[in-house]
Amino acid sequence: MSEGLYSMEAKDFDKTLDLKKIKPYGDTMNDGKVQLSFTLPVPCGAEAIEAAKQLLKQMGLENPSVVYYKELTPGFTFFNCYGSCTHTVNYESIYVPKVESTTLSMPDTDQFIREHFGRKIVIVGASTGTDAHTVGIDAIMNMKGYAGHYGLERYDMIDAYNLGSQVPNEEFIAKGVELHADALLISQTVTQKDVHIKNLTNFIELMEAEGLRDKMICCCGGARITHELAQELGFDAGFGMNTYADDVASFIVQEMDKRGMK
Amino acid sequence: MQSKLGLDFEKVEYARSLARGIAEDVQAFVEQYTTVAVERTLSRLMGIDGVDENAVPLPNVVVDYLKDKGILQEGVLFFLANTMIRTGLCPQDIAEKVAKGELDITEVVTRDQKQIAEVLQPVIDSSMERIRQRRERREHYLNTIGEGPKPYLYIIVATGNIYEDVVQAQAGARQGADVIAVIRTTGQSLLDYVPYGATTEGFGGTFATQENFRIMRKALDEVGEEQGRYIRLCNYCSGLCMPEIAIMGAFEGLDVMLNDALYGILFRDINMQRTLVDQYMSRIINGFAGVIINTGEDNYLTTADAYEEAHTVLASDLINEQLALLAGLKEEQMGLGHAFEMDPMLKDGFLLELAQAQMTREIFPKATLKYMPPTKFMTGNIFRGHIQDALFNMIGIWTHQGIQLLGMPTEAIHTPFMSDRYLSIENAKYIFNNMSSIGEEMEFREGGICRRRAAEVLGNTIRLLEEITKEGLFTALEKGIFGDVKRPKNGGKGLQGVTLKGENYLNPFVELMKGKR
Repeated sequence: MSEGLYSMEAKDFDKTLDLKKIKPYGDTMNDGKVQLSFTLPVPCGAEAIEAAKQLLKQMGLENPSVVYYKELTPGFTFFNCYGSCTHTVNYESIYVPKVESTTLSMPDTDQFIREHFGRKIVIVGASTGTDAHTVGIDAIMNMKGYAGHYGLERYDMIDAYNLGSQVPNEEFIAKGVELHADALLISQTVTQKDVHIKNLTNFIELMEAEGLRDKMICCCGGARITHELAQELGFDAGFGMNTYADDVASFIVQEMDKRGMK
Repeated sequence: MQSKLGLDFEKVEYARSLARGIAEDVQAFVEQYTTVAVERTLSRLMGIDGVDENAVPLPNVVVDYLKDKGILQEGVLFFLANTMIRTGLCPQDIAEKVAKGELDITEVVTRDQKQIAEVLQPVIDSSMERIRQRRERREHYLNTIGEGPKPYLYIIVATGNIYEDVVQAQAGARQGADVIAVIRTTGQSLLDYVPYGATTEGFGGTFATQENFRIMRKALDEVGEEQGRYIRLCNYCSGLCMPEIAIMGAFEGLDVMLNDALYGILFRDINMQRTLVDQYMSRIINGFAGVIINTGEDNYLTTADAYEEAHTVLASDLINEQLALLAGLKEEQMGLGHAFEMDPMLKDGFLLELAQAQMTREIFPKATLKYMPPTKFMTGNIFRGHIQDALFNMIGIWTHQGIQLLGMPTEAIHTPFMSDRYLSIENAKYIFNNMSSIGEEMEFREGGICRRRAAEVLGNTIRLLEEITKEGLFTALEKGIFGDVKRPKNGGKGLQGVTLKGENYLNPFVELMKGKR
């Protein structure tokens, strides 16, 4: 099928890749193609479609096109749209803080612990605050792990304690002290109205008030958590999407070593 | 019934008899105890409602008053009856005076059961009538405007604001949803009271309150009449207030309640004695109110592995069924839960899911089975997620599930947008129509993957039930048999609210609700 059948737009733009000015890629370099969908709180009709197009233009999308629309309920119309992005980003100037550790395999981590600490290390985790979801902390801690990455409970040289969900921060910290934790892990799944930010901040404040902040490695994780956010909140590391138990374990043991923890 | 999977129904009956033994063992324990939640429920059945000046619900005021004096074992009805005889006041006035510190309700003027029954009778009758009318109202709607075909399309709303929930719910109903579940705010399950009044603030959900129930019921009746289809309302009888939520739902015309015997123990760390006593009373109420209960076995598979642990789901379904029967619930009111939760990368995973869904259908032929969509392996790739949900929908129509909890492409990202629900409902309706008769057309090959899988899961279930029979359910829970979660018998939240019944204890609703259905 000839591409001209669908793509009627001129392609007289510069098609060379410039990392100082990148934009989205559809099927041609620098075509800027973006797809998006959203709902506007207006009834379906020509005015609604025009409103969607104007919105796309204000987002910096040229040649806005509404390819599908549907009134979901009286007064709310859903759109599928395409457009060409006019904005660019300088990829070369980007700096993103990342967890600085080498991810080791489970046996290598166990070996690292034997060599550097000569004892089992203790990691205590929970989903703290009001968060009732255990899916995140389970994925990191449970024996079985997640997506082929074994959980911390399976490590020979780690004593892992998963306290489950809805654990108050005070209780969590007290348990950490009782178990002589080397590291504390907090998982946060519910992020509506930034409830996770408040809870994580509260945790760090409690740790500092108790004078414990420097005695344990503090990590947080969850689908909406980034390392940058974690550091901003005072954690040592944050683990988001596509990170697993081995990433967490590797960071903890290397950070402990770096700090001279014994 | 002829099994399409070649299931051995003698084995099924054996499994069921094991589950019955386990449930009866639990029941013998349950009947000796009451809890603060059960007593608050009885207070509500006596017409006590509202809050004191510190926003403490009056049922809590009355029950805590008795608990603090160490006499809760005689039950709230015993003391209310005595105070009614002594003062001539109605229960609501009594509760208000207790809240103001103006009345002592511990004075006993009679232990005569007949005299106590007489003074309580008019209040009991009026509460029973109130629930009966609600049930008849639903039946009238079903007989006049009717309902959508099964599987019912179940969607959630979770804005935190009941008025915004109404907008979302009505939109969903117009798009084709049959059941609207108002997700509760995170943390409500651990509150040992039910908040009062309409609420507009919640995290990941909306507070379950009686007023919120009323607001949503009215909204769904409106849109149901407009659409010519009764729209069911679902909430959550779980956590520390199971029976209280049940009675509020019974008063306000809820149709479906999450009401699992084990879920709170496993996933909210609520003490097992507390939950097992609470579930009994809550299920009696749901049974009488004509509510479909949903059980939460699907959740085991979000923590344990769906392929390896499938038999724990069936074992729990069987135990939940027997506990529900003991509470007087009809099989049609049992939304026993199971799920489509295997790793999508598993070879022939679809066939294994299909086998398990068909097996569950055949083992519980009358139940309004609740089928839960993929959640654990939803990744944020909304496009693949939409296809996973499509596969799930195919199995739903193929195996005649009762309630299809619609998967959302944006699962694991945010609580559903209005448009997410639209896409999910469109997905389900397309598949349910386009594959309408597939279950009648297709057979399962003898010796094939599906038949072998069903036989394997049933066999493993029997072994597990035999093990639980030996040890009892309490020990099984302590060992982490369900969902890989271990819970101590005397651990968890809410144990201090459990009390051995005293010699004057009475709760006539148990027999009334179980008998007069």
